[in-house]
Amino acid sequence: MTDRARDASAPALHLDDLSVAYTVRGRDLPVLSNVGLTIERGEAYGLVGESGSGKSTVALALQRVLPPNGRISGGHARVAGKDVMELGTAALRKMRANDVAMVFQDPGKALNPSLTVGRQMAEVYEILGASSAEARKRGEAILGRVRISDPGRVMASFPHQLSGGMQQRVVIAMALAKDPALLILDEPTTGLDATIEAEVLDLVDTLRQEFGAAVLFISHNLAAVASLCNRVGVLYAGKLVEEGPARALFADPRHPYTAGLLRCLPRAGFKGGPALDNIPGFPPVPGSITKGCVFAPRCGLAEDRCRSEEPPLYDVGEGRGSRCHFHDRIDDLPRMSEPPPVNTPERGPDVQPVLMLERLSKTYELPGNRQVQALRDVSLTLNPGETLGLVGESGSGKSTLANLILGLAEHDEGGAISLDGTPVAASVHARPREAIQAIQIIFQNPDSALNRAHTVKHLIGRAVERLAGITGAKRNTRVTQLLEAVRLTPRQLPAKPRQLSGGMKQRVAVARAFAADPRVIVCDEPTSALDVSVQSAILNLLSELQAERQVSYILISHDLGVVRHLSDRIAVMYLGRLMEIGPAKSVLTGPHHPYTEALLSAAPTVTGERGTRIRLEGQIPSPVNPPSGCVFHTRCPRKFGPICETEEPGFSADTEGHAIRCHLDRSEMGRGREMKGVEIVEANG
Amino acid sequence: MKSLFGRFLLRRLGLSLLTLWLVSVVVFLGAQVLPGDPGRAVLGPLADARAVAALNKELGADRPPVEIYLSWVGGMLEGDMGQSYAYRAPVAPFVGEALLRSLKLVGVIFIIVVPLGVGAGVVAALNVGKPIDRIISVASLSLTVIPEFVSAIALILVFAVILRWLPLSASWPDGAGPLVQIEHLILPALPLVIVLFGYIARMARAGTIEALSSDYTRTAILKGLPWRTVLIRHVLRNALVPTIAVIAAQTGYALGGLVVVEALFRYQGIGNLVLSAAKAKDFAMLQAGILTIGAFFVIATLIADCLTVMLNPRLRAELGK
Repeated sequence: MTDRARDASAPALHLDDLSVAYTVRGRDLPVLSNVGLTIERGEAYGLVGESGSGKSTVALALQRVLPPNGRISGGHARVAGKDVMELGTAALRKMRANDVAMVFQDPGKALNPSLTVGRQMAEVYEILGASSAEARKRGEAILGRVRISDPGRVMASFPHQLSGGMQQRVVIAMALAKDPALLILDEPTTGLDATIEAEVLDLVDTLRQEFGAAVLFISHNLAAVASLCNRVGVLYAGKLVEEGPARALFADPRHPYTAGLLRCLPRAGFKGGPALDNIPGFPPVPGSITKGCVFAPRCGLAEDRCRSEEPPLYDVGEGRGSRCHFHDRIDDLPRMSEPPPVNTPERGPDVQPVLMLERLSKTYELPGNRQVQALRDVSLTLNPGETLGLVGESGSGKSTLANLILGLAEHDEGGAISLDGTPVAASVHARPREAIQAIQIIFQNPDSALNRAHTVKHLIGRAVERLAGITGAKRNTRVTQLLEAVRLTPRQLPAKPRQLSGGMKQRVAVARAFAADPRVIVCDEPTSALDVSVQSAILNLLSELQAERQVSYILISHDLGVVRHLSDRIAVMYLGRLMEIGPAKSVLTGPHHPYTEALLSAAPTVTGERGTRIRLEGQIPSPVNPPSGCVFHTRCPRKFGPICETEEPGFSADTEGHAIRCHLDRSEMGRGREMKGVEIVEANG
Repeated sequence: MKSLFGRFLLRRLGLSLLTLWLVSVVVFLGAQVLPGDPGRAVLGPLADARAVAALNKELGADRPPVEIYLSWVGGMLEGDMGQSYAYRAPVAPFVGEALLRSLKLVGVIFIIVVPLGVGAGVVAALNVGKPIDRIISVASLSLTVIPEFVSAIALILVFAVILRWLPLSASWPDGAGPLVQIEHLILPALPLVIVLFGYIARMARAGTIEALSSDYTRTAILKGLPWRTVLIRHVLRNALVPTIAVIAAQTGYALGGLVVVEALFRYQGIGNLVLSAAKAKDFAMLQAGILTIGAFFVIATLIADCLTVMLNPRLRAELGK
């Protein structure tokens, strides 16, 4: 430890009955009520909960950077023994400079766009009294410690010149530079690719041990928390409802909210496996529940006592606590939703595919006579009622493929798209209305997909009118039918998007896609902007609609859990090429393409156990100048000879249509060793 | 990076020249076609047809329009702006002198309005929602909509007639030093200051609010940096980029807006020159004056673009694509 007077025996963070209130229209809304937790030195603590639960408020409050209308209304927050409430301006700044560091969700936004990384790194040391030359030197050194191979170049770069993963490393380096007692990570991997997420989690885990910093990890991603943290606190409506060691808590939750969250999680099992449950209702408006348990209105175990008597934090042993009167009866928690029907698509040679893509490529012209092939030679079929999961890192061509299918971009000459056996034009403008009706999309972010100025009635009605050509009184009947199909009520018809929750907005988007009896719907990250409990409801809705209407989905998602849960078949893409395609079970259990193997090994599971992580070295190569031979050879951990660099492998397929584009013999490929969860479920179901 | 910027500059210059050419065509057509033939326009409807023809010949207006245009543009390129009919003298010295005067006025306007506007915008942003912010926001919005001729008359009344703080006339005595010149220019500058203040203050306010609420500002605060450093290095640096572009782009606007002010204050700037040329049907002068204003507009926009790019590393990199 340096000259800084730090009480090394005090816990890194101690929250004592911390309450925070936001003043909204003259009223005090309690956003956090009496939150008490302690993070010991070197410990990793995960704070989980849905959006609006107050997770981020904890981080802001303990650094005293609440928004202007927020204030600490009670209790204490002690960082490394210092009560942040009692610090004056100078002491507060000193605390921020020395003791606590924070990494935000979006590294691209957390870095100043008009200063070089070097300038922003050096700043941290300059506050601590280093000369500017020394600050630069130390900045470079710490970039090296977060595994950046060329610190000099990165120091001279502006943030936008770095990839997302690289930016997040820089932010982490900046945070660690001050050797903080407490490192706060607020959704540090949301918005990053699965492989980069895994890298960042690994890095934080390693650095935590190297630096000995305590970590407060705030996330709605239960699996990420499980893989990184020793202890976990579950926040609901500003209250800490359960706390305990990570593994024990996720394996055997003692609060119905935690149990409910876990039941929403598509963690194991293929399509047709255990159905997801959800948590009905919505989190309460802060301060609206003054009596009894905050979770009672949504709880399947709630009795009269829960509505009148607020549960204390019961000690449930093993350092665990639960704010539930019935913490010993969690196993009795009933299912809160009907399991949706699941469609099993017909297969076989006599089934006419609904969508057939033949040799689709997409080349974009760049200035200077350069070209970039965003998609190369993709052929696949989609059967009626079938879901095809599309996975791969950013830049793999998933979205390009989706755009070609929708006709939003035109594929190159030589490719063909046919719908129900009839060829359709490349451009949506040249397609007949029936073909446009037949292929629809659900976007990731319903906020930007829905026009904010229009009502739900107008949004859905217009789709009915334009796509299905239904007008007049029939139009309204149709809108009502669609509304019911997506489990919204006519009460929501006059609402505008801002009056709806994220889940409701996505339901409107789903209704719109179903306006004209589509045959194929491209679901582009349909739930990644949603909370776990809302996600499960949307996923169930998608299953149900598929079973009812025999619609086919092309599901693009980073989340392998979601893909596994919904897909009949899975296609893996890399650098615009299809690397592997086949039945979901075969693709996920192996033999794997080495790239698929790496992707699968990157996914954390909520049980906290991970197989050996397969690291992919280096960045995704530029599609302008793709590697020779197999495009994956530059990062492939199983590259075995010069053939990988010289010759592009073809597909080798087994009898079930599981095709892999690799020079390796199938017997030498990796298999699903780390997928224990899957096998257990298979045995049960 | 340098060469990329060079290429960008070349491309922008090319576009500017194209714009300028289009302006020249419009100016030419406006002056040439709209009032009928120049001889008739100058001599009036009652003049003898032979006199009109003679004047047209003297002015060169009897030639085909394309030829007239070419010789005019050719002259312009060589620095010959033509002969003024009203003064019977070359146009160029008049335009040059008037431009210089206008630039002085514009200079005074910006020296006053930039610090004032940016300052007010930043102060408002730092006090969002508080009374001071309300006052600045309402003031900047309402001042913007006051036409120059209204505010000019009010200002003349208050400062020159009633209070007698400032000279009424914009023209200074011959041989006056710079301070006296500035003293004479303050009053004519104020009407445009009032209009531009609103634009600049609102841009500065919006930019600062955005930067203040950004994640990178929060990062900077959480680094434990002193507030001054956070404000200057992290907030203002990002907040004022769009403002600077607005300021540069407004230079051209100011020059055009001078017509009213210069006429009111009887200041022999480029605006007044154009106005009197139009009244006197002095086509050569009119064309040259408008083209000069157009050129200024184009140059100001060019500078605005370059500044925006130079101040924004992200745009600088985009140039490579």
